[in-house]
Amino acid sequence: MSRIDIKKTYKLFIGGQFPRSESGRSYEIKGANGKFIANPALASRKDLRDSVTSAKSALSGWSSATAFNRGQILYRIAEIMEGRRDQFVTEIIALEGGSAKVANTQVEQAIDLWVWYAGWCDKISTIAGATNPIAGPYYNFTTPEELGVVGIIADQKDSLLGLVAAIAPVVATGNTAVVIASEKRPLPAITLSEALATSDLPAGVLNILTGKVSELAPWLASHMEIDGLDISGVDPKIESELRIAGAENLKRIHRFNKSQSPQRMLAFMEAKTVWHPIGV
Amino acid sequence: MVTLIDGSEASLRKYLAALPGVDKVGADQRAAMLSTRSIKTTSKSWAIDMAIRMVDLTTLEGADTAGKVRAICAKAVHPDPTDFSVPSVGAVCVYNDLVKIARESLNLNGGSHIPVAAVTTAFPSGRASLKVKIQDTQDALHDGATEIDMVIDRGAFLSGKFGLVFDEIIAIKEVCGNRAQLKVILETGELTTYDNVRKASFIAMLAGADFIKTSTGKVSPAATPPVVLVMLEAVRDYYLQTGMRIGVKAAGGIRTTKDAIKQLVLVNEVAGPEWLNPHLFRIGASALLNDLLMQRMKAASGFYSGSNYVTLD
Repeated sequence: MSRIDIKKTYKLFIGGQFPRSESGRSYEIKGANGKFIANPALASRKDLRDSVTSAKSALSGWSSATAFNRGQILYRIAEIMEGRRDQFVTEIIALEGGSAKVANTQVEQAIDLWVWYAGWCDKISTIAGATNPIAGPYYNFTTPEELGVVGIIADQKDSLLGLVAAIAPVVATGNTAVVIASEKRPLPAITLSEALATSDLPAGVLNILTGKVSELAPWLASHMEIDGLDISGVDPKIESELRIAGAENLKRIHRFNKSQSPQRMLAFMEAKTVWHPIGV
Repeated sequence: MVTLIDGSEASLRKYLAALPGVDKVGADQRAAMLSTRSIKTTSKSWAIDMAIRMVDLTTLEGADTAGKVRAICAKAVHPDPTDFSVPSVGAVCVYNDLVKIARESLNLNGGSHIPVAAVTTAFPSGRASLKVKIQDTQDALHDGATEIDMVIDRGAFLSGKFGLVFDEIIAIKEVCGNRAQLKVILETGELTTYDNVRKASFIAMLAGADFIKTSTGKVSPAATPPVVLVMLEAVRDYYLQTGMRIGVKAAGGIRTTKDAIKQLVLVNEVAGPEWLNPHLFRIGASALLNDLLMQRMKAASGFYSGSNYVTLD
């Protein structure tokens, strides 16, 4: 007798939990070969709002964790992903097509990227900070600090690598984030959220939503609790609309080309300058 | 006026014994069902403003300072200093030694219409002699409190000394006289059953409470929807028997606009629309007000607001 398939329910990742969309909606995902693959949750603006609330409440704990500890946790994410390699490879092949070798390379690059950014956690402020020469009896330091809650609209094509390239540099520096996964290729993002949930990353630091970018992105851009926005995965047609919405609270809005660069960390950091009297 | 008891403990016991029991499963289910009501657009805007008017803006910490009380008083008068269309809150609730500062500060900010509520009778535990509790209340009245939030003696209630609980409320009511409204805190989280909540509600109402209040905010669970439902049923039943409308104050654990609107739905459906005003329903809260303001901003602007645009309390 053949065994009945156990199909996976693909859900959202909000505040360390895996809820369905509050709207009860889902949408159909088709593979590279045009065949049905899954029905992930179709997030609504209220799911997005809840995610922002979680990200905001996780911010003080995550940003005040020591940089070394954040690095350990990012490394741990790489370890957990390594254990799920086959699952990522299978999903990437199903969604993006291509050979096992290409998919495998993408997974390896994504895992290595976590390790690379893990190393940066306790070095970025030394490299990017400065002791400033000033005229007066003061020490004057500038150090980069986290910006706050960052909204991320992940790369639409490289479903795993594009996602990791966007989220790893943001959380490495102490930000928390709300992420909209690739609309047509969201499965690796959901599997990644399962890895995140089991890797000591505090609940709410990363919140991953699956759904329509055109529906969610404007709410993300106009949300006053969000301080920065990565629009790398946004269709250029709606970019100006998002930039206008984001101007209300002077969000930092960036589109990136490189997946591996310290600039991606610095883009969502804030420079703090401290004056300290000499001899006190 | 209809008198339900003759004032003796025997008649009180007889009355309480005759109260019908609360169907726990039914109460939980009804509260859960009413919590799913969807309140949108203009109804939601109305509900947000009503909830703001019902808030007893509260600070009850050991670390309270005069400065903090002044800050919440300013906020009570104009919850959003950038938008004067936001109504003032229902009252400011503080410990009794800070009543004077609160009263002066409200008056200075143009909030002379906002009452100051004081928690008295050895709040939150209520573990003191009646003499001390009376003095505590007199001090608050002397400093200008026009609402008194007293706690019942839960130890006495749980050991069946209903007469003692009843007499204490009467004694405090006598101190208040016509000078202040009396809110009686049942501390439902310590009463363990809904039957006890119903009994305590009736003891308080029979003893002359103007409001019955769920909790001190120091014990969890506090103002859960089913508990508020049981208390609203009690005030409704009391009204049907006597023609007097007693208020309800839900306090503790109501932090979001969604929670507050759920409470308003309960009020409307269980007690009736007459209770949907700040004279008969209050919400004791501190963090709730910011969430209500953020939701109000969202309704006005069309986009979600953030915690940087409301005060840090």
